[in-house]
Amino acid sequence: MSAISDLTTGDALPEVTYEITRADLVAYAAASGDQNPIHQDEEIALAVGLPGVIAHGMYTLALVGRAVGAWAPGAEVVELGAKFVAPVVVPATGAARVTVSGTVGARTDDLLALALVVTSDGTKVLGAPKATIRG
Amino acid sequence: MPIDASLVGRGYPPTQPYPVTTDAVVAFATSVGGSYDVAAGLPPTFPIVVTFAALQDFLDVEQVELSRIVHGDQRFRYERPVVIGDVLTAALTVTGVRSIGGNDIVSTSSEIVDASGSVVCTATATIVHRGATA
Repeated sequence: MSAISDLTTGDALPEVTYEITRADLVAYAAASGDQNPIHQDEEIALAVGLPGVIAHGMYTLALVGRAVGAWAPGAEVVELGAKFVAPVVVPATGAARVTVSGTVGARTDDLLALALVVTSDGTKVLGAPKATIRG
Repeated sequence: MPIDASLVGRGYPPTQPYPVTTDAVVAFATSVGGSYDVAAGLPPTFPIVVTFAALQDFLDVEQVELSRIVHGDQRFRYERPVVIGDVLTAALTVTGVRSIGGNDIVSTSSEIVDASGSVVCTATATIVHRGATA
């Protein structure tokens, strides 16, 4: 896509949608080390009061990282974070969908802030998601 | 031992040194549906691997069951990109404990350093320890 220098404050960052399956969560648990059973085992998730198997919050934040990489290929990320305000429930069959969109925010010296919106099924799942890139 | 305000300010020993390998990065990138592109660098959330190890060590010390934990927030501030070949450790400090509606909200800060001891990334996180629901 665009080079970082082409990103201008106020530009809309095109929406991207990603899918998450139960198999993805198993692979992510192995790759990240986070084997919390609430991300793999429906019975345990329900037993601790969750609505079902939920994606790791960090899975969703990783998708934000992918979106930033799509919008600004090769950009150095200097800050990335969010609050996990609603769970992304991943069904036993099929997939949950997470949509990431954003706007190019203020430039400070060589840093560019990206204001993001991250939803699943129309519900915001990340609060105050923010990425800052150098470029 | 209960999670309470007495933990605030407590630091925990650094995690075991973690060598960042191509295989581990490829597995991580692939698991979130992406791919590892050498030119583009590592997925920015990759440092969660050592951050989570520090959290797991903390939970083990405090005898908290992982299944009762949900992630409240996570933020990374990077001093430099992580690269293949880095050997990273993370050291967690508890920065706050609040109790709301039977849940303990624990704020943490983990400093991730390379083999030379230079800070690569600071990871701040809030974890929610859910009280018994039954």
